[in-house]
Amino acid sequence: MNLVIIGLGLLPLLRLVILGYQDDLTANPIEFITRSTGTWALVFLCITLSITPLRKISGWSNLIKYRRTCGLMVFFYACIHFSIWFWLDHDWSITEMLRDVVKRPFITMGFSAFVLLIPLALTSNRWAVQQLKRSWSKLHRLVYVIAVLVILHYFWHKSGKNDFQTVSIYAFVIGSLLLYRLKK
Amino acid sequence: RLAATANPKYFLSDKPTSYKDVTSYNNFYEFGTDKTDPARNAHTLKIRPWTVSVEGLVNKPKVWDIDNLIKLAPLEERVYRLRCVEGWSMVIPWIGYSLANLIKAAEPQGSAKYVEFISLADPKQMPGVNNRVLDWPYTEGLRLDEAMNDLTLLTFGLYGEILPKQNGAPVRLVVPWKYGFKSAKSIVKIRITDKEPATSWKVSAPYEYGFYSNVNPAVNHPRWSQATERRIGAEGGIFAPKIKTLPFNGYAEQVAHLYKDMDLRKFF
Repeated sequence: MNLVIIGLGLLPLLRLVILGYQDDLTANPIEFITRSTGTWALVFLCITLSITPLRKISGWSNLIKYRRTCGLMVFFYACIHFSIWFWLDHDWSITEMLRDVVKRPFITMGFSAFVLLIPLALTSNRWAVQQLKRSWSKLHRLVYVIAVLVILHYFWHKSGKNDFQTVSIYAFVIGSLLLYRLKK
Repeated sequence: RLAATANPKYFLSDKPTSYKDVTSYNNFYEFGTDKTDPARNAHTLKIRPWTVSVEGLVNKPKVWDIDNLIKLAPLEERVYRLRCVEGWSMVIPWIGYSLANLIKAAEPQGSAKYVEFISLADPKQMPGVNNRVLDWPYTEGLRLDEAMNDLTLLTFGLYGEILPKQNGAPVRLVVPWKYGFKSAKSIVKIRITDKEPATSWKVSAPYEYGFYSNVNPAVNHPRWSQATERRIGAEGGIFAPKIKTLPFNGYAEQVAHLYKDMDLRKFF
């Protein structure tokens, strides 16, 4: 089942590769790839966050086994999203990149979210779970902070154009998933 | 097709952006905010009959029929750089004539200082107008001397064809030394005034978009740098390096004098 999730999860990437091969990534391929991978990272974040509520509502406790895979898909797409920006916008220059992080609030949000994802990805293996014991759950609560940062990142990005339709839908989904936890 | 004579004065050695990219990657919010929306949605725009009203502080106001307006002056082909405020650029062979021809024909009065351009905003033809991204109709403006500058092109076509609808048919403005949004599309009204027009983007976000909006690598957008740009369709595909943005988009020689006593950081 986890292999199925990985297989399905790689389809958006496969689509980009095929579109790229057909020279069909719009007139601005970099923007297209960046936005697509960002969107898919967010979609997988929504899926990851919905596993616990779904499990409780449906009573299908096995669902928890797939949460890690979904979470790693978030990290996978976030890595591509981040690397393209770091590479093609800043030519791997750390100073240029950091200047951008300081200058543009939406980048600050996205960058922080990515940095916070790293420890979660690193401690997603069984060994880390055993070593960290109870602090593992505490550490992984960072995902809620990440979710908020990601929505702010997306929201701020769209604010210059007053174009909040799509981001509002994601904000609603993420908001509901977080509220569900607060109610518990 | 739209016949025009190439104007050798406005020729660029830069390779023109492909017709496909020019006509499929557009900011034209009346048809949606996504770059691919205009090409998909603009077919509902009716470009005949079409009139352009020239009014305000002029001795000869007139409502022009588009087919007469095209014939006001000889059509020229001019290859211009287009720099979007978002940090990408294109090179486009436009067809039109200097806006100055039309303004002179209207005989501006002594008190005239500005020119306001108003685009069509018909929710029946333009699905994006139902979306309150901006205050419709889209309104742009230039100072009279900017509007009279030879570079300012009243544009009816591109690549030897009449303007595709997604590019602002049947008539638009092209002001190559300013960010792309200053070049109003699908214009229905041109008004000569004595006050600075309230332009759509400035009204929407005054800290981000000024009235002048000259291409200026030294003045950053509040949220990003304007020092470099990505040329659409550049050799090397996605690995092509970004290029340096030029002051006034490379047209400083023709237009820098218009701003010689102005602080362009303040009047951005």
